[in-house]
Amino acid sequence: MVARLAGDLSLAEDCAQEACAAAVEQWPREGLPANPGGWVVAVARHRALDHLRREGARAGKEREAVREWAAAGPDDCAVAGDDQLALLFACCHPALDPASRVTLTLRVVCGLPTASIARLLLLPEPAVAQRIVRAKRKIRDAGIRLRVPDPGERPARLASVLRAIYLAFTEGHSPHGTGTVVRDDLCEEALRLARKLHRLVPGEPEVTGLLALILLTGARSAARADQDGAPVLLADQDRSRWDRDRLAEGRSLAETALAQRCPGPYQLQAAIAACHADAATAADTDWRQIAALYSELLRFDPSPVIEANRAVAVAYAEGPAAGLAILDTLAASSRLARWSQLHIARGALLARCGRHEDAVAAYRHALALEPAGPVRRHITGQIAALCAAPAPTQEI
Amino acid sequence: MKYIALLYGEPDAGPAPGTPEFAEMLGEFQSATTAMAEAGVLVDSGPLQPPQTATTVRVRDGQTQLSDGPFAEIKEQLGGYYILACEDLDTALRYAAMIPSAKYGSVEVRPVMVMGSH
Repeated sequence: MVARLAGDLSLAEDCAQEACAAAVEQWPREGLPANPGGWVVAVARHRALDHLRREGARAGKEREAVREWAAAGPDDCAVAGDDQLALLFACCHPALDPASRVTLTLRVVCGLPTASIARLLLLPEPAVAQRIVRAKRKIRDAGIRLRVPDPGERPARLASVLRAIYLAFTEGHSPHGTGTVVRDDLCEEALRLARKLHRLVPGEPEVTGLLALILLTGARSAARADQDGAPVLLADQDRSRWDRDRLAEGRSLAETALAQRCPGPYQLQAAIAACHADAATAADTDWRQIAALYSELLRFDPSPVIEANRAVAVAYAEGPAAGLAILDTLAASSRLARWSQLHIARGALLARCGRHEDAVAAYRHALALEPAGPVRRHITGQIAALCAAPAPTQEI
Repeated sequence: MKYIALLYGEPDAGPAPGTPEFAEMLGEFQSATTAMAEAGVLVDSGPLQPPQTATTVRVRDGQTQLSDGPFAEIKEQLGGYYILACEDLDTALRYAAMIPSAKYGSVEVRPVMVMGSH
């Protein structure tokens, strides 16, 4: 609401920050106010007024609006949650490009400094600063209003908010262009955002689903890399290193969401992650259920990447040849030919079929696509193992 | 705020004139325009004559130069416009989605710049 009434995102943000800074300074000294949220809003409101007074040249209409707002009663403070939601919807407006949505959300909703965002997104600080300035300028000049969309447009617009949080998480969970396997800092930020969104709209199953997905996937992060930073496949992970609390919370949230009988891609991905969480050992995994969930997921997102994941599940459920047949079809399409993970998966299934030479060829194909360091080390390890193993006399 | 919705499409996109689908499309244009007018957001609108009727004006070194047609050969042509007065972008986008061109081509929504009183 500070933003809505001051009509200027930068100003509102500065005022809110000043108010929070004042809170940090005053509350320990003078005790907690009766309504802390309202107190911050009231202080921010006064700061906004001060700023606008100093900038006397502002349009009369705007000043009038702020005066009206400043004069309004303290009851308005009750909508603080909605205001944060309005801010989130504005930062993730589909009229902004997806990369800017993530950046702006981290800046405005999480309150991260530009330098931290640059570190998180592995971008130079000026690039992040410019992205934020451009996005804010578009919000202001194009007339994107800081408001919670009407119920009718809400599902579509919520999708864009969920996507921004999901993007932040996946970037942390499988970062591009770094030697590391997991970027915990970015994952934690995405988790904080997902929690915040879930508090604001607890009744939306996809919101619950995304939070569950982040908890269930994030719970495995400690086990995803070995001491040298090389990736450890799900099957080989030390499951005692999984975060039990997060798994339990994620599983319960996934169940709550799915019980609403309104499935969506985040809930389905959470359900898949829950299947892995439920398995005490890799051998106990219910691959049939996972393959079925991937088929369901394909209805929402018919992407080749999901089809490849389904192939791996099918390979475990019905044998490597069945999975390989799906992967071979995918490898024939030019779109996925340059995706190294596909060739790694083919290599693994070919090896399980006993076709060692073909497996080595698939792994070499993946290497030629120049994957990140840890992935490259994994591939060369597999090739070395295959070449060392005696050639099978017959197919298994 | 004032927004202009620019209607783009390839020349042969959408139903052919004379077909029942074409008549249906005209009806959709009509109902979109009526909805905008009734909501009080419609400032002006109109289809444009094809690009072959266009004349491009340039002034270089004080000399006015005229040339026939649009400057470059582009696939998507500007075919019409709506000027809307809406309270925010979301409202303008909602009306823009009602224009049939959004189905057959694309509608670009741009805010009209407000010139400050200096």
